[in-house]
Amino acid sequence: MLAAVDARAAALGLAPGLTLADARARVPDLLGFPHDAAADAALLDWLAAGADRYTPMVMVGPQALLLDITGCDHAWGGAPGLIDDMLARLARLGLTALPALAATPDAALALAQHQLGDVADLPVTALPVAEGVHLALRRAGLKSIGAVARQHRPALAARFGADMVMALARLTGDIDVRITPRRDPAPVSAEQRFASPLASSEAALAVIEALAVRAGMELATRALGGRRFGVALFRSDGHVDRLAVETAAPVRDARILIRLLRERIGALADPLDPGFGYDAIRLDVVTTAPLADSQLRLEGGDLAETEVGALVDRLATRLGRGRVRRLVPGNSHIPEQAAFDLPIGAPTSPPFLPKSPVGSPVSGPDEPAERPIRLLDPPEIIDVIAEVPDGPPRRFRWRRDTHDIVRHEGPERIAAEWWRRSDGAGLTRDYYRVEDGEGRRFWLFRHGLYGTEKLTPGWYLHGLFA
Amino acid sequence: MNRARLSALAALLPDKGRLLPPADAGAARLGFGADTVDARLGGGLAAAALHELYPAAAGDATAAAAVALLLAGRNARPGPIIWLRPDRAARQGRPYGLGLAALGLDPARLLLVQAPDMLAVLRAGADAVACGAVATVILEVESKGVDLTATRRLALAAARSGVTTLLLRSGEIAPSAADTRWQVAAAPSRPLPANAPGPPAFALTLLRHRGGLPGFSCLLEWDRDRAAFAAADPRVAPAVAAERAAVPRRPAPRRRAA
Repeated sequence: MLAAVDARAAALGLAPGLTLADARARVPDLLGFPHDAAADAALLDWLAAGADRYTPMVMVGPQALLLDITGCDHAWGGAPGLIDDMLARLARLGLTALPALAATPDAALALAQHQLGDVADLPVTALPVAEGVHLALRRAGLKSIGAVARQHRPALAARFGADMVMALARLTGDIDVRITPRRDPAPVSAEQRFASPLASSEAALAVIEALAVRAGMELATRALGGRRFGVALFRSDGHVDRLAVETAAPVRDARILIRLLRERIGALADPLDPGFGYDAIRLDVVTTAPLADSQLRLEGGDLAETEVGALVDRLATRLGRGRVRRLVPGNSHIPEQAAFDLPIGAPTSPPFLPKSPVGSPVSGPDEPAERPIRLLDPPEIIDVIAEVPDGPPRRFRWRRDTHDIVRHEGPERIAAEWWRRSDGAGLTRDYYRVEDGEGRRFWLFRHGLYGTEKLTPGWYLHGLFA
Repeated sequence: MNRARLSALAALLPDKGRLLPPADAGAARLGFGADTVDARLGGGLAAAALHELYPAAAGDATAAAAVALLLAGRNARPGPIIWLRPDRAARQGRPYGLGLAALGLDPARLLLVQAPDMLAVLRAGADAVACGAVATVILEVESKGVDLTATRRLALAAARSGVTTLLLRSGEIAPSAADTRWQVAAAPSRPLPANAPGPPAFALTLLRHRGGLPGFSCLLEWDRDRAAFAAADPRVAPAVAAERAAVPRRPAPRRRAA
């Protein structure tokens, strides 16, 4: 089956949908290539990224790109200028395109397919309805969309169905149809185009800084700050380089932003390649948050907070957001779920209650810590010798070292969360705080009650005490 | 030569003051809270400096980390505690907030930074130490990856910003520009009724002091209610543990770093 034909094949009367054998019979020296739908889609997506230079509203349609250029064409002196620019760029890539301009996306797609200039001239087959409806329309003498559009709508709906009237309205622009852009347009963005491409990343950074100042002023008038920023560097050969940075607190200071972007560029696996040069750069403030004008406190409290915030942002940008973490308590008495470390910027939770951790008795004065400072997650299996199977451990072996237990305390019995499990099952853990002959302190547990829950319960090392 | 003449001589040098030991009395001090130890250190560790902690053996890594965290908790300087560790350190277990809270530390003050390799740890560490709004920076590193230049960079940054920088090292003792070098071992704790393990105890040995103070060993235990270290009863600890702490596994290199 032919999936697509080029212009010369089309001139010979071949069309998509023809079987390969038929096509070969008609044109014996036909050149056939296997159809790679994924590669087609990837190319279209790449082109869509490049089309971002014309408008933030770009949608990938079936074998088409849909651009909403409302209010975006002034830089090219109107829509025809924009289309010429796009065709010239595509021609440089060796691609031909069939442009069409219309008030609705459906109409533009239909005009491009039928190579017509006016929606009224479109044949009725341009309506995406059942084949029988097309035939019925033609039998009724309505051959073009223009002729159909002149009819009384309720009558059309009564005869050909409401779907057909809806499809007609989408073509003629009677209802306002919008495209769904492949990326949401940013609430604030600043853009700079260049007459001749910019060939160095340093110069590009200088431009980004100027854009950041512009975006910052825009943000300041709206009392907003940016939480996520995206930079799109449009290369003259159609490729788009994208950078993204996130901050923990909203910012609009260009210096902070440029420092983060430098970190980001430094952390890139393959460095920025200006190639033949960038001919447009856009800075998008993707996510905004309220940020009032701040006044520094005399004692410098706010300043210190912003300094730490800037450090955290810098480290998170360089190393990745998941690598800067803070400790948060969990709402559980199962030790490994009672406290976590979460990436910074994750939703906040109530602070730790000092000295009375969830799920463990409050330790009074002069009582040692009952929870370890380091938790092995998952717990590590150990060999344990105990005097009696349900008694305290006497000696254990962990990571090839044998530890003789000199002091111990326990068991602290922690039950499984039977109310969360449908079968109500789960093994009880008996925790022991132990100290070996060399003064190292460990947190061990026996998994399962001997005899009732398990015949030979296993032992695990769960934590290391100070 | 008296100190006045020494300082007159030092003033002539282009790099002023390098002849003088850095022990100036006015500088902020970070004390252990145990009077005997602090007195020997002239009031405690210099707060705006780099200090090194070596575990006496591989199994004492947790004890060394605990001493670093407790010292960081004692630091009166406002700001977060930043703990940097390479991904490989995950084998040592993850820091457990409830356990830190149980020792009297505020887990919310702690920021963990994980870096893919040692170079990234040092780079991030240098940034953190340079940030004046941070209270304490703890770097968990392997000795191999940290050379003299790296420690000197950290020490200079710490002196400039005033951030207390603690280097938790593991492996062989290597030359460094740190102000002090300590060896930390876990020590048997004071037994509680029914022979339960008591408050955490540590055997600390001062291996090297940049100001020239003589080395010494001490047994300390953590007193949570005072949020301070206290001298432990040496009778509790069998002689073996004190011995192990006092004698470094291999003699410290005599090379004077920097």
